[in-house]
Amino acid sequence: MSTTVAAPAALPAAQAPARTGALRAMAPRLVLGLYVLFLLVPIYWLVNMSFKTNLEIASGMTLWPQQPTMENYRRIFTDRSWYSGYINSLKFVGLNMAISLSVALPAAYAFSRYRFLGDKHLFFWLLSNRMAPPAVFALPFFQLYSAVGLFDTPWAVALAHCVFNIPLAVWILEGFMSGVPREIDEMAAIDGWSFPAFFVRVFMPLVAGGIGVAAFFCFMFSWVELLLARTLTTVDAKPIVATMTRTVSAAGMDWGLLAAAGVLTIIPGAIVIWFVRNHIARGFALGRV
Amino acid sequence: MAKPHNDRAWFLVLPVVALVAFSALIPVMTVVNYSVQDTFGNNQFFWNGTAWFQELLDPSTDLGGRFFDALWRTLLFSGLCLLIEIPLGIAVALTLPRQGWGVAVSLVVLALPLLIPWNVVGTIWQVFGRGDIGLLGAGLQALGINYNYAQNAFDAWATVVAMDVWHWTSLVVLLCYAGLRAIPDAYYQAAKIDGAGAWAIFRAIQLPKMQRVLTIAVLLRFMDSFMIYTEPFVVTGGGPGNATTFLSIDLVKIALGQFDLGKAAAMSIVYNLIILTVCWIFFATTTRGQSEAAQ
Repeated sequence: MSTTVAAPAALPAAQAPARTGALRAMAPRLVLGLYVLFLLVPIYWLVNMSFKTNLEIASGMTLWPQQPTMENYRRIFTDRSWYSGYINSLKFVGLNMAISLSVALPAAYAFSRYRFLGDKHLFFWLLSNRMAPPAVFALPFFQLYSAVGLFDTPWAVALAHCVFNIPLAVWILEGFMSGVPREIDEMAAIDGWSFPAFFVRVFMPLVAGGIGVAAFFCFMFSWVELLLARTLTTVDAKPIVATMTRTVSAAGMDWGLLAAAGVLTIIPGAIVIWFVRNHIARGFALGRV
Repeated sequence: MAKPHNDRAWFLVLPVVALVAFSALIPVMTVVNYSVQDTFGNNQFFWNGTAWFQELLDPSTDLGGRFFDALWRTLLFSGLCLLIEIPLGIAVALTLPRQGWGVAVSLVVLALPLLIPWNVVGTIWQVFGRGDIGLLGAGLQALGINYNYAQNAFDAWATVVAMDVWHWTSLVVLLCYAGLRAIPDAYYQAAKIDGAGAWAIFRAIQLPKMQRVLTIAVLLRFMDSFMIYTEPFVVTGGGPGNATTFLSIDLVKIALGQFDLGKAAAMSIVYNLIILTVCWIFFATTTRGQSEAAQ
């Protein structure tokens, strides 16, 4: 039964000739195929370029590498100034995920279960931070973290990214938690669970999907951000995205190296997506479908 | 069922409030502080009242003209992005398979651009669009189109908008897909019995059921396109001339480039207030429409 409604857009109009009917049945696949092609071609071009030598890149267009080389990748994995960028990025992304989730979990529970003084205002204030352009914060952050001695550490970037990741995590988790019936809380209280024990051992497993999705979003927005990460670091904690902005050498742009570095930044994201692929659709709807 | 009132819930939100206050309130107060002061350097500040704001909001001044130019550009950019991404996102979501191996593969491919660091997105399109080494640039030139995003303002705009569509339409698709998945099969069966066509099903069932997720999609896409910095900065650097200098690019130029703290701070505040106001109005009108529909 569900197969007949598998592609609602493809339902043929009443009494349409068989030929246009077949065309209409094909149309959705065509649209999807073209869109996927549109998404993948620019990425393919970057991958293609990362396996080329700069000589080949400069000497003309080729649809695939004529003399494939791993040289660009080898340079990144052997040069400390390059590979430390990846380590630094992963450090602040991990820290940010840990901080955001640990404070957002109890807060989301409070928002989903109770009314309290100023709850709606507080929620909107939190979300308003998600709406603040990072460009606004760049300079004050620089001064703030210099003043407290965190400048050029992963902590500075992790805390700075909390401004937009905590509100988002609260928003997502609140959506998922509201889907858990409140009777469970009441039954646990009657059974004599203390609140912390109930929260960690009963409630958190129930919203595990939501926690995964929130972690995914914290990873995503911290991993992709450049402006704050670049402003708050110089040498020791410089993330890969900032390293990449300096590939101009005396010999001009090092396109092959830049492309290889770019390809390597896509891989962690691709791995993370694979893990959450079953929750991804609901996750992007922030648990509110 | 109404939620119980319990002010002790504040203890649960306290860590979030403390952390966000540290990370957001202190910087915001710094900005407010700068916006009403002027400096001769050496960290000596004096009260300047609302002079920066007056200059900023007066289009005849140098700063004001610059601000309003960037503001219109940013609004146009956000408008174009929403106009293309929302309909395209809905259309693609309708074509996604509902079951089978195609689902996971489509979702992973769709989500891929969202996980690419923003400057790498910029790099991808910078490379892709170049006439000498990029497939898009070379392809268009082979077709006889004189395409050069570094010199031609229209081409720069087309590239930046295409890049944003490439980067973010998938977000709209995933949101709409989640909304579509939540529609019970019974609705479609009823529609089939009534002999409804695809368009009628879309108007009467799918679109209303997607309203919540579409609200989220429009809000997120408006905020993020209005705040865009990294991607156009990497591709065009705000050029050619000032053709793609959006508000945040201009703001970073004034704040970190020229170190004009007062001007930058005043601009930051107005910029932030615009986003807040637009989001609040949109949110208020859509949620009111929803609660009326529910009655």
